[in-house]
Amino acid sequence: MTLLFDLALVAWLIALAGHIAMTREDRNAIVAFIAFGLLLGLAWVRLSALDVALTEVAIGGGVTGVLLLSAEAHLRKPLAQDSAQDRPHDGRRRLGNVGTIAAALASAAVTAGLALAVLALPTPAPTLAPVAAAALDTTGLGNPVTAVLLAYRALDTLLEKVVLLLALVGVWSLAPDRTWGGAPSLAPAVAPEPLVYLARVLPPIGVVIAVYMFWVGADAPGGTFQAGTVLAAMWLIVMLAGLRQPPDTAHRVLRLLLVGGPALFLAVGFLGFFIADGFLSYPEPIAKPLILGIEAALTLSIAATLAMLVAGPAQKAPEP
Amino acid sequence: MTSLATAEGHFTATNGYLLVLAVMLPVCAVLAMLALGPRHTARVALGTLAVGLAVAVTIAVELFRSGTGLVYAIGGWSPPLGLTLRADGLSAVMLVMTAVVITAAGLFARAQHGLDPAMRDGRAPTTFWILLMAIWSALNVVFLGEDLFNLYVALELLTFAAVPLVCLDGRAETVAAALRYLMFALLGSLLYLLGTALLYGRFGTLDLQMLSGMQASGPVVSVALALMIVGLLAKAALFPLHLWLPPAHAGAPAAASAVLSALVIKAPVFLILRLVLDVAPPEAARLAGQCLAILGGASILFCSVMALTQARLKLMIAYSTVAQIGYLFIVFPLAAGTEDLPVWGTIAWTGGALQLVSHALAKASMFLAAGVIAEALGHDRIAELGGFGRVLPMSAAAFGLAGLSLMGIPPSGGFVAKCLLLTAAVVNGHPWLAATILIGGLLAAGYVFRVVDRALATPAAPLHLRKAIPRRLEIVALALAIAAVLLGFVPLQPFGFLQIGRAAHVTVVAP
Amino acid sequence: MTAALTPTTLFGLGGAALVGIGLFMVITHPSLLRRVVGFNLIGAGIFLVFGVIARRGAAAGFAGDPVPQALVITGIVVAFSATALAVALLRRLFDLTGRRDFDSEAPSASQSRGEP
Repeated sequence: MTLLFDLALVAWLIALAGHIAMTREDRNAIVAFIAFGLLLGLAWVRLSALDVALTEVAIGGGVTGVLLLSAEAHLRKPLAQDSAQDRPHDGRRRLGNVGTIAAALASAAVTAGLALAVLALPTPAPTLAPVAAAALDTTGLGNPVTAVLLAYRALDTLLEKVVLLLALVGVWSLAPDRTWGGAPSLAPAVAPEPLVYLARVLPPIGVVIAVYMFWVGADAPGGTFQAGTVLAAMWLIVMLAGLRQPPDTAHRVLRLLLVGGPALFLAVGFLGFFIADGFLSYPEPIAKPLILGIEAALTLSIAATLAMLVAGPAQKAPEP
Repeated sequence: MTSLATAEGHFTATNGYLLVLAVMLPVCAVLAMLALGPRHTARVALGTLAVGLAVAVTIAVELFRSGTGLVYAIGGWSPPLGLTLRADGLSAVMLVMTAVVITAAGLFARAQHGLDPAMRDGRAPTTFWILLMAIWSALNVVFLGEDLFNLYVALELLTFAAVPLVCLDGRAETVAAALRYLMFALLGSLLYLLGTALLYGRFGTLDLQMLSGMQASGPVVSVALALMIVGLLAKAALFPLHLWLPPAHAGAPAAASAVLSALVIKAPVFLILRLVLDVAPPEAARLAGQCLAILGGASILFCSVMALTQARLKLMIAYSTVAQIGYLFIVFPLAAGTEDLPVWGTIAWTGGALQLVSHALAKASMFLAAGVIAEALGHDRIAELGGFGRVLPMSAAAFGLAGLSLMGIPPSGGFVAKCLLLTAAVVNGHPWLAATILIGGLLAAGYVFRVVDRALATPAAPLHLRKAIPRRLEIVALALAIAAVLLGFVPLQPFGFLQIGRAAHVTVVAP
Repeated sequence: MTAALTPTTLFGLGGAALVGIGLFMVITHPSLLRRVVGFNLIGAGIFLVFGVIARRGAAAGFAGDPVPQALVITGIVVAFSATALAVALLRRLFDLTGRRDFDSEAPSASQSRGEP
């Protein structure tokens, strides 16, 4: 029975992907992609990875969806002087037939190779689960995924936060010189009534959910990234509904909010040289409070970074 | 400051913290710049340049003194659960090369930003410094990292820092070039990540040292390595995946072009080297090496010809980059080691490393010189540069000296590199590669002389400089070119420093 | 012994298919925005492969190997950063030239002029 369910799930995912590739309008493709993200979350539940499922739904379906939809709306704005560009993508390929066939063959080859490799994976599968479990005690955490992210592979996580910040620096650098440092603009001229209603009702609930996710993340599925995404979504809804304007990108408080999490992470990392076994190691008795402190700061920074990434480059001149 | 030797010969270095500093100092700078705002950005950057250069040199000196590699297990977790940073001879050379070129680019940018005081705290200069620091950190992780996924994160950091540099001037052409660059780079990263997943599924570890000891083979390993190498080739812009590079590298501001061409594309090359040498089973390594050499040779010939036909100076230099990268790939079949002679003891290995470093110095110098020319004359159309040597003698000299390395004529690092490669090709019986090296040198001479000829020409009308060019702007390019020439005085033999930390497998214990 | 077709590896095969579909989109689709979606499909496929590897590594009382699961979470964040940067670039390109694709490789002079 479950095999049938899994089979249907995978078939549905592939069918949706095919639809995303083939449908004429970008908008349809993006809506399908959001549905795809939710369905993928289900697949992650079936793979017993609840942490990933939460992240996938929040990011893959949620925030990425908002980002793509607002971009699609932006790209549909007609350019007055250039109506020739305003055609739909009618399946006209850039590469010509030979190129398309070559691309199809290459893609099929990658899929075939990958399928072959997946089927050839060794049994019993190699795993680090026992090692990760054995080391869990020294971190004081109950959720092994959080332990991997914040302790065993903390350098990855630290660098990944820098990656997020750098993407934001890159996005901001695309503002015209005169508006650089100013505020992005998110809200449409008239926000639809239901959105405004949601923006008034949802944020308190969202904040509670985020705090809960963050809190249980130490020992159960959830954690800093999922909580940060929920917070970002709440802030985005408020900004999209026009209830609050996005801040100036040069605003001091915003800057400190963005940098705070990674900076604390780095500071604790360096502190490890003096109070523990070196960079990014935690002294065993206070490992858990230190990790929770880092996670709290990271949650706020992630929320701010994600929301500003969706908001895009500055479009209004900065306030003096 | 000694290494703690344990019974099994495993060690952990007490000064391994240097590796952490090399990786994390630029990250500290990025965070400080974002927090402090545009007015303090340049100051933070210049301070970091000084300290970072010192750290890189200290690591190299430490390696030279001790004769062994440096290892640091992050957080005290050893692989396969934890991540390590590790410096061997080659990575120490990379660290120093990176620090030198980044410092030069920073000093050049500082002088150039000074030409327009009104914009000094504006969008482009502020963003430039942040991106430069991020690139530095990412490169150092690539050269020191031992974990394939950690290296993936570093590659992405590198991409996100490099792409916005391309379109800092905000023109439509450069935005299009940046977007194309991003697409190629992302595709490359994803293929690399796919291979990483498969290798973990096969071996349960991502640590290069451990993988190297596992004598990997089988279908999973072949598929994984093929995906990873193709992905990295897209990032390294080897022919025929080079299409994104010329517009991207030519469109960036001069200091950024120098860093992109000299350093950023070396990161994927370095990782290909590690995959082929350390992970691939011998049979697969031989096959991969042959394919890579064919593509490398095609890069040298095709892109040298393309460089010859370019009308714009910066595009010409960018095509020359793809050609010169080709030399790094013909090393693979030439450096085939034997039982008695490991790969890193061959002359081709030394030649390849020298080519990597001398190209970095020479190419950075050329892009900076081209930046001075564009700044002074307002354009970089080669045909209209007649007589620029009279008004910008130092830049013309820098271009000419750097050109020696690209052509491979003495005295220059490029000469020694190409001489070693040529010898290896002849000795190992690869006449086609030998011919390619020679033809590539002739073609390089063609495109370098085209510019030198313009520098020495008598202009029809006297050239007018748009603005006064301060001497410190020109000196940076000349210093790099002279450094590339000085590399030509290293002895023509396998270079012992490159073998440090390579000879035996080093296992790590937590510090 | 190698992995036979189990419910878990089924997701791996699905991941392989997603990678292929995404790859085809990224190489051939005229719309730049759609290519960005294609990158996300490839990412989803790769993460599924990681997920299968994690699930197969269930041991020590965990339903899956936590290491690849954590790698996927990091990977999703990085993929989102990439999407955000790509979207910002193509919005800028559109604002400057009206282009939504790489087709019109040589836009007329009036279009290619950017910010002064």
